[in-house]
Amino acid sequence: MSVHPLIRELAGLYSEERLLTRPGQLMAYESDALTAFQQRPEAVVIAENREEVIETIRLCHAYDVPFVARGSGTSLSGGSLPVADGIVIALNRLDRILRLDPGERIAVVEPGVVNLKVSEAAKPYGLYYAPDPSSQSICTIGGNVAFNSGGAHCLKYGMTSNHVLGMTVVLPDGEVAELGGESLEGLGPDLPGFFVGSEGLFGVALEITLRLLPIPQSYRTVLAAYGSLQAAGDAVTAVVASGLLPGAIEIMDELAIKAAEVGAKAGYPTTPALLIVELEGEESAVEAEFAQLMQIIEETAPVEVRMAQTADERARIWKGRKAAFSAVGRLAPDYIVQDGVVPRSRLGDALAEIDRLSGSYGIEVANVFHAGDGNLHPLILFDGREEGALERAEELAGEILELCVDLGGSITGEHGVGMEKRAFLPKMYGPTEMQAMEDVRRSVDGKSLANRGKMLPSGEAESLAHVGPHPLEKAGVIFRD
Amino acid sequence: MFESVSTVAEIQEGVRAARRIHVRGGGSKPALSTDCRAGDALALNLSGLNGVVDYQADEYTFTARAGTPVADVEAMLAEQGQYLPFDPPFAARGATLGGTVSAGLSGSGRYRYGGVRDFLIGMRFVDGQGQEVRGGGAVVKNAAGFDFPKLFVGSMGRLGVLTELTFKVFPQPPAFATVTAGFGPLANLLSALHAVTGGQIDLHAVDFGPSEDGWTLCVRIGGLTATLEQRVQALRALVNAGENAPRGTDALFGRKEHDLWRKARAMAWLPEGYGLVRVPLTPRRIAAVEEALCAGEGAARRYSVAGNLLWLGWRESDATAGSPSLNDLLQDLDLRGIRLIGQAPGDSPDEGNGPVLGKPLQNPFLRRIAASLDPAGKFGGY
Repeated sequence: MSVHPLIRELAGLYSEERLLTRPGQLMAYESDALTAFQQRPEAVVIAENREEVIETIRLCHAYDVPFVARGSGTSLSGGSLPVADGIVIALNRLDRILRLDPGERIAVVEPGVVNLKVSEAAKPYGLYYAPDPSSQSICTIGGNVAFNSGGAHCLKYGMTSNHVLGMTVVLPDGEVAELGGESLEGLGPDLPGFFVGSEGLFGVALEITLRLLPIPQSYRTVLAAYGSLQAAGDAVTAVVASGLLPGAIEIMDELAIKAAEVGAKAGYPTTPALLIVELEGEESAVEAEFAQLMQIIEETAPVEVRMAQTADERARIWKGRKAAFSAVGRLAPDYIVQDGVVPRSRLGDALAEIDRLSGSYGIEVANVFHAGDGNLHPLILFDGREEGALERAEELAGEILELCVDLGGSITGEHGVGMEKRAFLPKMYGPTEMQAMEDVRRSVDGKSLANRGKMLPSGEAESLAHVGPHPLEKAGVIFRD
Repeated sequence: MFESVSTVAEIQEGVRAARRIHVRGGGSKPALSTDCRAGDALALNLSGLNGVVDYQADEYTFTARAGTPVADVEAMLAEQGQYLPFDPPFAARGATLGGTVSAGLSGSGRYRYGGVRDFLIGMRFVDGQGQEVRGGGAVVKNAAGFDFPKLFVGSMGRLGVLTELTFKVFPQPPAFATVTAGFGPLANLLSALHAVTGGQIDLHAVDFGPSEDGWTLCVRIGGLTATLEQRVQALRALVNAGENAPRGTDALFGRKEHDLWRKARAMAWLPEGYGLVRVPLTPRRIAAVEEALCAGEGAARRYSVAGNLLWLGWRESDATAGSPSLNDLLQDLDLRGIRLIGQAPGDSPDEGNGPVLGKPLQNPFLRRIAASLDPAGKFGGY
């Protein structure tokens, strides 16, 4: 490995202001939204076009230097954490929407395009891009592709991989490959599907073809308060069993509600559990389904029910939910968020066990989750200034992940394995599966240069140090969900 | 000659012992199950590896062995008011879950919520070294590890042998309705297609094809029974709104409506003695495809998934080595097709053509993956 000769070569490719090597310049890239981890790279290059990215990766391969591609750095699993003795390729300036074709309902974008910008560009044509991670106002499509990002509407419309039709990618030695195309239907192994969610280990997406959907004609949203989490969970079971297919089903517990009140003044009822259910589609269909939904909800004996009649009222219901995570920051100096998945019918068991663990550790845990698909989001509160507090919070987080695996679920629904959960992947998969993944990775990237140390447990340990919330999160610009 | 297997251990044994492996399920896509490139391969019939392992209706998931017939699963789901929304084709001809995944086939209903790629969430397969490997999971949302289930959709048995599959399912809408519209020139239909698919009506399926004197468009919606009449009116208005309005529209409900789509799924439009090729494309390519196809003659066509898929048929007796080559035609159009039934026009059976026509599948990413899962090339490669 020879970083310095590589940097000399890169100086021929990038001007001084786009090749960062001084400690002061590198500091901003040391960490992503998983701030417990930090690592200073040897250099950061700020690419402006695909040719620069390809050439940079070719050079990394020639000099055996690992690289990490980075968008906005909002990964909650440490997905864009730099590698020691490696470089970071910043992709934010590859931010062009290359083509938006309303007839074919597709958008072809560069990896640095911000998620929400796609929907904004599609709006004049009555279209939108469905995956809506809570950080959508800042996170990039390239990062969404690498980590198969989700959002609140996955039950009905799926995650990022369900909306990517094709890609041009550069493999970890600089070879370029075309995956998929523009059609909703493919032929041959689903290569875009395999690339999405590979956490950067297969290379970098340079151009991504996204499927756009018509904007729903109408939304109806209901907020129901319950006397216990169990009662809210039972309501979810009733809604799901009814045959309705809501776009979103969310639950918040007492601590999360309190946080949303403090942080966003959402005006939620004070109660042990809140359920949000949203239907969307054609007005006449949604009206009829909403009547059915309300009947089901009434039968589950809620303490209070509020229906959103207008776009403003809908926005108010979602405001508290979307801000709950950053608002939790008002309740404790620090927190860790997990996103394990359990079978929907085991949500009650999972929450009871999390509550028990919280008690035995003496650590408060707030719960906000995508109940429709069993995707938990326990927020583990701690004070990083206390000796050993981070380690204990991490230990509790680990127990929650093991719980999810034991209940037949997954260690991550949408944040990815990244740096954070790589020790837990072998708990979900056996040695044969881990070996198969390692083999495929080696076959695609013989030198393990692309995002080394993420997802797969082998690889050098990174430094674990506490530094507090991401600055953008503190500012309320990004949220964790 | 196919050897019947009914356990994973038998498959593993076969893979370890043989130099080449070829797999078939229900035999509903004969061009794939009797791929003549397989030569002296050990041919395994997986239809004995069947049965549902687990069905969790309230989780919207089930797990079944790869040789399980699609029709059996659909009957089981229907009892709970659930379904596979992508209308897996050839169910009536005995298609299995494994064959559907391996061939990467989705039917008309894939327009609403996605295709087989979007509903397969977990699986097990036997790799080139005879190991059984698990991919994905049993929960509807999962972002952990490489997404092997998606990789195997459309893999045509060339990355490994599927043994067990886990699918997401959805509640079936209580009722469906369909608006059909007759058009003269194709251009008129395409303009209505654009209006309908760009509108705010949630469409389950959008198919079209040539009729006796023009083109017929079929648009399906689903939902609560009480809302359908009103929604059908809105849909009809949308179909009629363009400058090139259809000659007439019709609305179908109940049994008649159900039969229309049952026939579409069974490829009833394909005449007896015809071969079949599946061609993914986009609506903007249709005019060029039609022009190229009409240069030859007698091709039967049905466009599905709102113009994202062409099912193309031709009289098998015409598909001689001397006829114009479909392979070349698709290549010229920068498209790719897969033979499901029969030889393709211009193919020479003696030369052992693979099922893929047109633009080749070769790809550096795929090459690297195949080298890892099947280092000795036992499944034939791409």
